[in-house]
Amino acid sequence: MIEFKDVTKEYAKGIAALNGINLKIEQGEFVFIVGDSGSGKSTLIRLLMKELDPTSGTIIVNGMNLNRMKHRHVAKYRRHLGVVFQDFRLLKDRNIYENIAFAQRVIETPTRVLKQKVPAALSLVGLAQKYKAFPKELSGGEQQRVAIARAVVNEPAILLADEPTGNLDPTNSWEIMKLLEEANERGTTVVVVTHNHEIVAEMKKRVITMKKGVIISDEKEGE
Amino acid sequence: MKQGIKNIGRNKMFSLASIATMSACIFMFGLFFSIIINFQNIVKSAEEGVAITVLFDEGLEQSRIQEIGRLIKNRKEVSDIKYISGEEAWDDFKTKYFGESAELAEGFADNPLVNSDNYQVHMEDVEGQQALVEYVEGLEGVRKVNKSDTVAKTLSGANKLILYVSVAIIGILLAISIFLISNTVTMGISVRREEIAIMKYIGAKNSFVRMPFVIEGLLIGLVGATIPLTALFFLYEKAVSYILMKFQVLSNLLTFLPVTEVYKTLLPVGIALGLGIGFVGSFFTIRKHLKV
Ligand SMILES: Nc1ncnc2c1ncn2[C@@H]1O[C@H](COP(=O)(O)OP(=O)(O)OP(=O)(O)O)[C@@H](O)[C@H]1O
Ligand SMILES: [Mg+2]
Repeated sequence: MIEFKDVTKEYAKGIAALNGINLKIEQGEFVFIVGDSGSGKSTLIRLLMKELDPTSGTIIVNGMNLNRMKHRHVAKYRRHLGVVFQDFRLLKDRNIYENIAFAQRVIETPTRVLKQKVPAALSLVGLAQKYKAFPKELSGGEQQRVAIARAVVNEPAILLADEPTGNLDPTNSWEIMKLLEEANERGTTVVVVTHNHEIVAEMKKRVITMKKGVIISDEKEGE
Repeated sequence: MKQGIKNIGRNKMFSLASIATMSACIFMFGLFFSIIINFQNIVKSAEEGVAITVLFDEGLEQSRIQEIGRLIKNRKEVSDIKYISGEEAWDDFKTKYFGESAELAEGFADNPLVNSDNYQVHMEDVEGQQALVEYVEGLEGVRKVNKSDTVAKTLSGANKLILYVSVAIIGILLAISIFLISNTVTMGISVRREEIAIMKYIGAKNSFVRMPFVIEGLLIGLVGATIPLTALFFLYEKAVSYILMKFQVLSNLLTFLPVTEVYKTLLPVGIALGLGIGFVGSFFTIRKHLKV
């Protein structure tokens, strides 16, 4: 599903944020990426989103070579992805329902379909009652649940989460991780960047550890 | 569509500024347009009255006169040529200058204009007059060529000047409008940078992201065109009657077009201009800022 072949990314010449990454993630996997600050985790996610292009090497997602992808196909490609960030990134001037409906409108879902999917996604994350609330009226944990609902409503093949629990307390963190796990159980490939070692240890998933732009360990599920 | 309207609501100040400038521009455009089109109308009617009178040598035979008529008629600057015999000229003169008291003219024993057989030649426009006069004066049998052209010539010159100045000013105003709309859109983009970023990573096509901004530009253009065009519509009639009152002496020279006639062209052109400025200002700005 995801394959990195000898991928290097330099923001400035000579300083590699990622250095010769080789990585394979199969369809339906749940993968944690951990590592020190500045080790290149976010860079890896941004490469997957094709927000950045690698300096060298090849990235293949869902059979598509990202290097060769034309600009005008990037939007279509991103529809295969769901993304969640540490800072939620909800639209502040729209209520919860509209935030999720927005994701559907962006990919030109017919309104008839949208009207069923948005409430379904909201109940999946346990916020069906709060659909009229605005982001600022929700707790951090609730906002992140909305972000997850928005990420999964388009039924992406891959879910990318960059420190989704970075701003949350342990209880909320657990809830978010459970939601990601549920999405994984429905067949979505999930990649989660996190600093939360407790959860990583507890959940017994594949863990990739990075340091200074290289992968220093890759432990399979439950090892 | 909804988003475009919301955008305007969101950065009211800039949208209002754009609409105001746009209105000013289109108002000026409408104003100049009205002036030019009326001026051209005035010049045209003045030019239609421009004629040269061709007089012949004494006792020139009729066949030569006819040939001269043919030669003049073949010139491309000539729109119309009319033969006037001495008797006709005299009758004309009599009615014109003696009018009611025609019996006064009876004091003249003979027709004093007996040698005044002539051609009244009308031209397409006053520009070609010089060349035509020179040509006709060179013809065998022509005694004299009279011309009456000063008014038309002055008007024609002023007409050109007004046209150039207007085009220049309108050009500058257009540039300002586009610049301001572009600024409004840039503001809108920076205010909504986050939203745009979210749209993009969800997988919105560029056209989808662009749409609200372009609609915003078009709406600003439309509103910015409608306001001044409406204002001008009502001002026009007022201005015309004011001018006619102030310059009554010139009222037979100042032939103004009715507002409906002016708006037949001005309305579609003005609206198209507004939409055009709105589109150009927004489309290219958003394109510049949204390179993936
Ligand atoms: N836009 C950028 N321009 C220049 N350098 C950058 C940029 N983004 C990241 N870097 C550098 O690349 C390296 C990797 O950054 P990255 O954000 O991938 O780290 P990270 O593992 O996500 O860290 P954190 O855990 O703090 O989020 C860092 O040294 C960082 O300074
Ligand atoms: Mg990071």
